[in-house]
Amino acid sequence: MTATLSRRSAPSQLVGARLPKWAPLVAAAVAIAIAIGLRFLFSWTGWATTTVTAGVLFVLILTAWSFSVEGRRRAKDRFASTMIYACFVAAVVPLVLILTYIAIRGFPALSVSFFTHSMNGVGPDDDGGGLYHALIGTLQQVTIAAVIALPIGIFTAIYLVEYGRGAFARAVTFFVDVMTGIPSIVAGLFVFTFLLLGLGMRPFGAAGSIALAILMMPVAVRSSEEMLKLVPRDLREASYALGVPKWRTILKVVLPTALSGLITSALLAVARVAGETAPLILLTGYVSQINMNPLSGQQASLPMMVWDQLGKRTGNSGAIGGPWEARAWGAALTLVLLVLILNVGARVLAYAFRPKAK
Amino acid sequence: MAKRIDVEDLNVYYSDFLAVQGASVKIAPLTVTAFIGPSGCGKSTFLRTLNRMHEVIPGGRVEGKVLLDGEDLYGSGVDPVNVRRTVGMVFQKANPFPTMTIYDNVIAGYKIAGNRKSKNEFDDIVERSLKGANLWDEVKNRLGRPGAGLSGGQQQRLCIARAIAVEPQVLLMDEPCSALDPISTLAIEDLISELKTRYTIVIVTHNMQQAARVSDRTAFFNLAGVGQPGRLIEYDETAKIFSNPNEKATEDYISGRFG
Repeated sequence: MTATLSRRSAPSQLVGARLPKWAPLVAAAVAIAIAIGLRFLFSWTGWATTTVTAGVLFVLILTAWSFSVEGRRRAKDRFASTMIYACFVAAVVPLVLILTYIAIRGFPALSVSFFTHSMNGVGPDDDGGGLYHALIGTLQQVTIAAVIALPIGIFTAIYLVEYGRGAFARAVTFFVDVMTGIPSIVAGLFVFTFLLLGLGMRPFGAAGSIALAILMMPVAVRSSEEMLKLVPRDLREASYALGVPKWRTILKVVLPTALSGLITSALLAVARVAGETAPLILLTGYVSQINMNPLSGQQASLPMMVWDQLGKRTGNSGAIGGPWEARAWGAALTLVLLVLILNVGARVLAYAFRPKAK
Repeated sequence: MAKRIDVEDLNVYYSDFLAVQGASVKIAPLTVTAFIGPSGCGKSTFLRTLNRMHEVIPGGRVEGKVLLDGEDLYGSGVDPVNVRRTVGMVFQKANPFPTMTIYDNVIAGYKIAGNRKSKNEFDDIVERSLKGANLWDEVKNRLGRPGAGLSGGQQQRLCIARAIAVEPQVLLMDEPCSALDPISTLAIEDLISELKTRYTIVIVTHNMQQAARVSDRTAFFNLAGVGQPGRLIEYDETAKIFSNPNEKATEDYISGRFG
């Protein structure tokens, strides 16, 4: 690339002047220097204004420099590229910050004993304790919810893709779409009213599962539907042309071909509800002891343990940075790790089950 | 044994749209019949009515009769699934099942339908079908590999093997070579002349020279105008259609004045 910075003599029609490769770095350095200078000049406090100023200056300097050397089209291109990168950074930075912060705060709390003990007999200001009871609760509640919601979701998706025509199918699609937007507290309230108030039951683990299943089902339907639609039509036709009935075609051709996508959407649906707290407040309650029976009695869960350790239940002394705080972060980190494992597991299984070409 | 097909005054609809009007054709057993005509004239649509695949498309329906050895395929109580076991089909784009091996692809017609046989019987069927499709020598050492890993021509021959494995009486082929290179096309045309000793074959093709090479009788379809239904214009011995057709439209199409 040429480093010409002027437009003298008639250059070739095909080759235009270009900025040097180090141009963005220089523009960034100059922008930062000016921003810091302005900071001292105007005595800004903190770094937020300075950072934003540096960013704006960088865009202006680079675009103007590019305009004068490379021409209008390339200047527009640089401007657009910079804005796109900026948006990417704006999207990723908070995510990375959150994950890093949770990891930093939560990691010190993790230990073998943290994973193998419950909070039984351990007060909020006492050391020790663990999340075993909450982990068991979350795993049981989410598994039961998955057992309820995933088959319903996949069969509904099969109906919508393979059989549904006309008004009924359109109504089903409409209501599934509406259900994807249900606030989790509303799902919790629904189950609370019918199950706990209506039947006079006390909170128990599986009640939360029912609310989680209501939240999980529309997600499972929609993404399974997309995966089934990805199976090419000519595979179904090939099967019909061999004289295979429709239900067997679905079972032996469509579902195996869509299998890796269906597993992914199932795991993502589970990850979506694993951290929902609002229904659990109403339906599962919280106890410090291990409760292995989701059908009877209140049961702990990871989100509820975070809530509990922050003192809403027991009203702890509120002193900053007690053992309760570390435990809360530890529970939050464990929840994030659980969702992370589900997501990674979804990708690994999708890769393992994909239809192979070689 | 291979059956004869008699189509009587068939009207083929997509919901309310009439795609093919009043088509009548008599196809003798153990012959190769080619359907030719310009794009959109309804030849593939007509072909798909012969094994009741047309109704798989939402809104697809048919009025008239299609007789297979005298039995109406569209009679009351006739199960389309049984029809399709008797009349097999090979599609334009080869569509082997991607989750299955070559071996399983060939016997897919049995396995997916839940038709159990012993391993020896399946081995025999696989060998017979792959030999019948001229694919045995090329894949006999890698039957356990995925079906989608073959070349285009091999995949199409695999689909032909899959279609003949269930021993149909009639084989319908919808532009089977249009996605293939000339060498693979030649291989499949040779295969068709072998297969016609055992099956009645109907082939739709855009390639007139292919129709002239491969078929015994040829049917020419055409549209009367834009938005009009397709009609069967002329149906005769291939040699006659390509040298001395009766209808002017046929002669115009053959000599490339349109289409």
